[in-house]
Amino acid sequence: MKPMATRRKVIQRMLEGAVFLGGGGLIWGSAIKANSKSDYVLRPPGALKEKDFLKACIKCGQCIEACPYDTLKLAQPGDGITNGTPYFEPRTIPCYLCTDMPCTDSCPSGALDLKRLSKELEVPNINNSKMGLAVIHQESCVAYWGIQCEACYRACPLIDKAISLKYEENSVTGKHAKLLPVVHSDVCTGCGVCEHVCIVEKAAIFVLPIDKSTGKVGDHYIKSWEKSDEKRIKENIKSADDDKDIESAIDYLNDDDLIDN
Amino acid sequence: MRKYQFIIPRRVVQLSILLLFTGGNYFGWEFLRGNYSSAIIADVMNLSDPYALMQIIAAGFLASSSVLIGALVVFLIYVIIGGRMFCSWICPLNIITDLAFRLRKTFKIEAENKINISRSIRFYILGLSLLVSFVFGMAAFEIISPISMLHRAIVFGSGSGLAIVALVFLVDLLVLKAGWCGHICPLGAFYSIFGRQAIIKVKHNHENCTNCMACFDVCVEEQVLSIVGKKSDFIRSGACTNCGRCIEACDDNALKYVLKFDMKKETII
Repeated sequence: MKPMATRRKVIQRMLEGAVFLGGGGLIWGSAIKANSKSDYVLRPPGALKEKDFLKACIKCGQCIEACPYDTLKLAQPGDGITNGTPYFEPRTIPCYLCTDMPCTDSCPSGALDLKRLSKELEVPNINNSKMGLAVIHQESCVAYWGIQCEACYRACPLIDKAISLKYEENSVTGKHAKLLPVVHSDVCTGCGVCEHVCIVEKAAIFVLPIDKSTGKVGDHYIKSWEKSDEKRIKENIKSADDDKDIESAIDYLNDDDLIDN
Repeated sequence: MRKYQFIIPRRVVQLSILLLFTGGNYFGWEFLRGNYSSAIIADVMNLSDPYALMQIIAAGFLASSSVLIGALVVFLIYVIIGGRMFCSWICPLNIITDLAFRLRKTFKIEAENKINISRSIRFYILGLSLLVSFVFGMAAFEIISPISMLHRAIVFGSGSGLAIVALVFLVDLLVLKAGWCGHICPLGAFYSIFGRQAIIKVKHNHENCTNCMACFDVCVEEQVLSIVGKKSDFIRSGACTNCGRCIEACDDNALKYVLKFDMKKETII
């Protein structure tokens, strides 16, 4: 029969285990969290939201092999992006929106999902991808200076839909027009061809991940001129969970306290 | 030739797989694409690492059906047939660690170092990897795996991962004998646990044994040979990688590959 472990031994063992779990886990965790640029990284078409994408990606590199333009790159240690995951930098090589979506199609794990490229029940279409959204820095865009450029507009694979030109009077000369590129966020795929072709030294139009390039109004602003949006007033009342008197909340401007007598 | 009867086919298999992966990336060969975590054969059949799948599930994502099936196939192959054969016949890092193992002997680094770390630490690392995957929401071992890094360095030419491969080599060479494969690697631990009832085993014939210890000398998991010279039996431990080096080393015909069908209890380590 084995001698019973002494209490001291047991406590020592438990402490060792705790140190191993806690210390090891923290070191390991911080090593895999070494992804400082991850918030700004662009993923292939059909990628899940960044957090879910990181859970799902098996890091096999098949999407990168499938990419015919060598757009997709594999993150390495030191890149600041989770090691082994695919990403692209449009200023170097943008996504050319292959109609057969080889990268998305090649993903075995579901981190890139063709379903995210189809609206409702239609067949997947690369033009539905939302890799990011192009943003224009007007001060460094020569078109906004009044110089004719149109490079991004002409190069955009969804010309006149994702980028259109807005005409504005050039007050400097008083007789010319400025042809200003404008990005339409509902159409832009984030492919980055515009960023790639931008003629200035550091691109004045560039792609950021959706949540870095969009704002959010919040629920309390409602477009009264849009029927569907105005309905939300009623929905919100229904979903309000406090027991305040709703009528008086709406009518509060007529409250006695607010009326000077 | 008998001295090399398994090491040559092993290296051929390991290098061919690497070559096919490399060709898949550079020349568009369709026979084998992907890596050791998830690959596709001839654009039809997915094979996935069941341990990678476990990490993804622990991180909170149920992988697609092709990975689930691919991982099940691989799992069954090793559990039923091969045991830890992934380690010695497929894994590319094995070439590096075997080299360190050999150089250690050549330069007699052995005698000076007496660092003693339990071989069962890999099982705790295996458990920890799943915990870290769960807490941080990403596959913990896949991100730091030197196996994947070595694959990427060769197949994608991404050099910075080689640092961690070099670290494994140096630790194996200078610090701890069979440090990575025999003590740390959680993937090897995974197959040690689940592959220990596999059919392919090395069998020891006590009658032929002359206690020369040549097998102990070449084995990276020498504790699995504990019955050698004592009784005739299978090498039952799940830690045995079925590399066949002991068979090559044995001059007395006391060890050979056999198929085992009984389910007697045995150790993992």
